[in-house]
Amino acid sequence: MSEQPPVALRGLTKQYGHITAVDDVSLTVNEGDVFGYLGPNGAGKTTSLRMMLGLITPTAGEARVFGHDPQKSVDALADVAGFVEAPRFYPYLDGMTNLRLVAALDGNEAKTRIDEALDVVELTGRASDKVGGYSHGMRQRLGIAAALIRRPKLLLLDEPATGLDPGGMRDMRALIARLSAEGMTVMLSSHLLAEVEELCNRVAIVRSGRIVYEGELDELRATAGLTIRLRTSDDEVALRVLSDRRGISDVTRRGAAPIQFRAADEAAIGELSRALADSGALIFELAPSAATLEDLFFELTEGEGDAQAEEKRLDELSDLTGGEQ
Amino acid sequence: MSRPGTLTVYRWELRKLRAQKRTYLGLGAAVLVPIVFSVAVAIQPGEPADVPFGRYINDTGLAFPLVTLLFGSIWFYPLIAALVSGDIVANEDNNGTLKTILTRSVERSQVFFGKVLAAFSYSILAIILTGVVATVAGIIVSGFNPIPTLSGTLETPERGLLLVAGSLAVYLMPILAISSFALLLSTVFRNSAAAVVGTLMFSLLLQLVVIIPGLDGLQPYLLSTQFNSWQGLLRTPADWDPIIRAAWVCAAYAIPSLAIALTVFLRRDVAGG
Repeated sequence: MSEQPPVALRGLTKQYGHITAVDDVSLTVNEGDVFGYLGPNGAGKTTSLRMMLGLITPTAGEARVFGHDPQKSVDALADVAGFVEAPRFYPYLDGMTNLRLVAALDGNEAKTRIDEALDVVELTGRASDKVGGYSHGMRQRLGIAAALIRRPKLLLLDEPATGLDPGGMRDMRALIARLSAEGMTVMLSSHLLAEVEELCNRVAIVRSGRIVYEGELDELRATAGLTIRLRTSDDEVALRVLSDRRGISDVTRRGAAPIQFRAADEAAIGELSRALADSGALIFELAPSAATLEDLFFELTEGEGDAQAEEKRLDELSDLTGGEQ
Repeated sequence: MSRPGTLTVYRWELRKLRAQKRTYLGLGAAVLVPIVFSVAVAIQPGEPADVPFGRYINDTGLAFPLVTLLFGSIWFYPLIAALVSGDIVANEDNNGTLKTILTRSVERSQVFFGKVLAAFSYSILAIILTGVVATVAGIIVSGFNPIPTLSGTLETPERGLLLVAGSLAVYLMPILAISSFALLLSTVFRNSAAAVVGTLMFSLLLQLVVIIPGLDGLQPYLLSTQFNSWQGLLRTPADWDPIIRAAWVCAAYAIPSLAIALTVFLRRDVAGG
């Protein structure tokens, strides 16, 4: 085991003029993690990844990969591979030649892994076609192949499933899961909650350039408390029973949908069920409704409701970086 | 395991150039122009007597490459050099491939110098091609005969051939300075068209500066003047002063251009693509 974590960001900040794209971000990705870097478009995910790859210089703070600073030398990236935004290749060269080119820039050993990498991403049959004729999904897969020939310990992927059809997304997730099972640490940025929920054990949620949560996905769910769904023979009576009851909070009812509330613990639910029976409201359904990542995500990223300000920030960032954030 | 470096980048830059159409556009023009000129001389009476060696094109084929160099120095060869040098960095920005190569195992400085070598190689190849084609075509049209020097002496065809080769070599100095300037624009503007057009405008402006009253004293130090420095070789004895001046004047244009381009390339954020 390496002593240094695959990724350690400390106070990482990037400003473009008066716009702060990444704001004092600190996080750690541990060996073996599949780490989800989650946030809405323009939250600063790609800019953070670019700093981790040494493509962008931080305004303040530092990004370390396996303890090394990618700003100082590409040697820091010896065990790192991946791509930011869509992977890009030379359209006038075929897939195989593009891989030979990047392999040559990695050293002779990488060349020996090209066929295997093409096989993994199922592009062997199209390797002699010019990349200019590739679909978006094929370029994504070629990007993965280009990463794999480095035999990295850390894979950094920026929105890996973006632009893929459902089959392509499924295949991409299966590939990431397989690489993780083989011991590779993966950090992926995404705004696709299902993708993160399916693949990741730890997440950081970023909003307007700032981390609003970092930790285990399960812990994040636990912070939401136990949400319960309730249907009875008389919901009006049930609502009266629920009101001001110890251990019960956030009671909501929207139209004909079941009543929802949060319970502090299981004892509170037990007492509630007895009280409902005593009041004559027969219980048809009393079931836990686990908070989805989507619920938590929106809770964390839409708290201030300042959508117009966020949109303005995105527009300004786009102008300053030529479309990238 | 050998570590990849500047030479690895250089080899792959040449491989990329071989796969791009614009490469053949420039090289094709470098070959075609002397052929067209030779055909025109062959089918038309008279000669371009108002340029050095123009009056000798019906006497010896060795005059053809020299006249071609003179005609091409205002915009043709600078354009050929700029076609690749102005594109070689900006093209990576246009394709979004800078991030692809800068996250492998070669340093930014190695990527930059690999590109400089490739751009220079292309410019050198273009001048060699044009010189060889013009010489061969000229010999076919006017024969392999002695060539008069600018001092009025006559050089044997064999020595004349050596002088032509030397002239082409001297001509490379301002061409490589132009390439360096195009590389600077390519790095700073990140736009191929802007870099190519900007280089051409720069070259043309330098030709025009001397017509401004009071600025004619600048002429010896303008890049455009150095395109004629090879004529020093065609004197008896050879006049090395313009050639030595061309060496340092061209270096004075090329080295700062490359230094600024390198600094920009090393420090820039790769935010696109």
